[in-house]
Amino acid sequence: MKRVPLSYIWRNLATRKLTTVFTAGGMALVVFVFTAVLMLEAGLRSTLVDTGRTDNVMVIRAASETEIQSVLDLTQSAIVSTQPHIARDESGRELLSKESVVLISLTKKGGGPANVSIRGTHEISLSLRPQVKLVEGRMFRPGSSEIVVGRSIRDGFEGVALGQSLRFARRDWQVVGIFDAGKTGFNSELWGDAEQMMQSFRRTAYSSILFQLDSASAFDAVKKSLQDDRRLTVEVKRENQFYADQSKVMAGFISILGMTLSIIFSIGAIIGAMITMYAAVASRTAEIGTLRAIGFRRGNILVAFLIESLLLSLCGGLAGLLAASAMQLVSVSTMNWQTFSELAFSFTLTPRIVVTSLAFSLFMGFLGGVLPAWRAARLKIVDALRSN
Amino acid sequence: MLALILRCALRNPLRHRLRTTLTVAGIVVAILAFGLLRTVVSAWYAGADAASDKRLITRNAISLAFSMPLAYAERIRGVEGVTGVSWANWFGGIYIDARNFFPQSAVDAETYFSLYPEFVLPEEQLTAFRRDRRGAVAGAKLAARYGWKVGDVIPIKGTIYPGNYEFVLRGIYHGARSSTDENQFLFQWEFLNERIKQLSMARVNQIGVFLVGIDEPSHAAAVSKRIDETFRNSLAETLTETEKAFQLSFVAMTGTIVNAIQLVSYVIILIIMAVMANTMAMSARERTREYATLKALGFRGWVVASLIYAESMAIALVAGGIGIAATGPAARFVGSKLDAIFPIFNVSPGTIQQQWAAALVIGITSALIPARRAVRVKIIDGLRQVL
Repeated sequence: MKRVPLSYIWRNLATRKLTTVFTAGGMALVVFVFTAVLMLEAGLRSTLVDTGRTDNVMVIRAASETEIQSVLDLTQSAIVSTQPHIARDESGRELLSKESVVLISLTKKGGGPANVSIRGTHEISLSLRPQVKLVEGRMFRPGSSEIVVGRSIRDGFEGVALGQSLRFARRDWQVVGIFDAGKTGFNSELWGDAEQMMQSFRRTAYSSILFQLDSASAFDAVKKSLQDDRRLTVEVKRENQFYADQSKVMAGFISILGMTLSIIFSIGAIIGAMITMYAAVASRTAEIGTLRAIGFRRGNILVAFLIESLLLSLCGGLAGLLAASAMQLVSVSTMNWQTFSELAFSFTLTPRIVVTSLAFSLFMGFLGGVLPAWRAARLKIVDALRSN
Repeated sequence: MLALILRCALRNPLRHRLRTTLTVAGIVVAILAFGLLRTVVSAWYAGADAASDKRLITRNAISLAFSMPLAYAERIRGVEGVTGVSWANWFGGIYIDARNFFPQSAVDAETYFSLYPEFVLPEEQLTAFRRDRRGAVAGAKLAARYGWKVGDVIPIKGTIYPGNYEFVLRGIYHGARSSTDENQFLFQWEFLNERIKQLSMARVNQIGVFLVGIDEPSHAAAVSKRIDETFRNSLAETLTETEKAFQLSFVAMTGTIVNAIQLVSYVIILIIMAVMANTMAMSARERTREYATLKALGFRGWVVASLIYAESMAIALVAGGIGIAATGPAARFVGSKLDAIFPIFNVSPGTIQQQWAAALVIGITSALIPARRAVRVKIIDGLRQVL
């Protein structure tokens, strides 16, 4: 015997529109939340992972974990910057930047204060971070009170548009440029001249040193020589690893919260599907009897109802996915606990998330449909025909 | 008449026990989840809610990452309206593993506890804490979590102030109210300052925040202004705000996450609304013939509609009640698992009200479409209806 035709299954869903819409709608909401959480996590990870490059090396004080907490005095900085394996650009300059990173408090548009990282750096850092491109204005001039502002900061904060000036550390800082660093954490930073920053913040030490390796394979040797140097108390990481480590707590929080919510929510949606499918079985008992009488087997009935439930959940899943994909236009800006500073990232949809979300919706449909389908399959022909 | 409607309405849910049970289960889960999410949100604000309005916090105007000289303490003390000054430095160290997060502060042993009367510490423990340079005081919850007893040595690795520190627990404080944070770890600022002298002289005698007691809550704005004016154009300009505003600025920094949780808490209500509306729509569809019969007997449309409403409300409220009853124990369980992140995790009366409101809304909206359909259906069509 052949399978129960798909059109029969489909038309059952189409007949009871209200019920179908409610059930699929509930599932769509669950899938929406599920997908949105995965997208947020992916967005956060890609933002922080893409921030660094594998052939760049980040040096900070041992056990300080973030640039903000790190202090590298001038002697240590000098030792780090004189070691071999530092790449040079065409004009022979060393690709190395001693930087000073501090937090300042800025006002969010339509919101309260937030901590923003301000990086004292050098012109060379644009060569070290090719993902950073100036999109408006120009780079700050060395030795001046000029700053350039990341795109997310320009979009999300007050008083940092091109031409405006900010007052902190007893100085006015002129915004002369806006830079776009793609989907990286640098978009949530302000950049200025390192020496000027240190002077006005009264610091005598750098926060971190970033340099490019002349060959990526030299990393282990460099790391060993720096960490074994008894004059230094430093931690040496690849730049991408350094930023990836900073997303751990936040990514962990998002994924735990999101998975807990998805599980709780899916209970609701599975129950919804179960109610619908039980009702479908109950109201079509006579039909099931007829189907069995004309030769369809129990297995066929089981599969037919299961497919109906899966179809229902697929509709919900697709609707939820569609709604979630619109979230790609939304950018989130919040404080990263590990660095205590603002970080903007966006919802990112990957093929993997699409597959996971659809699988999740089908899984809900299966759980919701399997018991009712089992009941339908177990009906005796005579009893079923006699009902109603 | 009303009694009849009510009786029918309360019996109707029992006709489809399986469906009703499933629906109730769904609503219970939703109301429970809703309550827990609202509790998470209020836990986020717990610090601000517990803040005293008789305390101000003075920090460096650039940001919290910058410090101020210790000498400011005496100048703040001289400001009109100030009754007491204490100070604290955020330590941010690691106890065994980075996962064991709890707030650690270096505080001024002489003045801190008089400014924080809600941290209740026995007199002899306070004296012992003051006498021991390496002394520390922990909140009751924190001490319970790691099984610390008075006299234990607690090793903590510094991140902001590098080095290995060994503290001796000299006291365990209890909160005066249920909203008091019992998750703090406090130790002597003097001890930290001495260790800093070995590290870098530039960081000696530097203070993270000054805690300022004032005479009258209504003077907060004026006193804040006077303090900030004292240090205008100095090397470390200050920003003074009430403790509540200070705590709220932390909430604002993670505001996006709070908003997301709030939004999601409403999404679950929407989800369960769809499930419940579906249940009611199905029940009503199956009973179309009954409703037509009732109408044929002369009952008016509103009677039929109120049958559906009453049934829907009955299911929603019963399930809501169960969900609300379960919220307390569930919150205690979740709170004990998350006490590192949320030291205060209490279900507020406001949350319970919102849960009831949510159950009510679920009950009403679910009946909306089915009741309208039942009112509109023509007797003849209803009687002819094929299921």
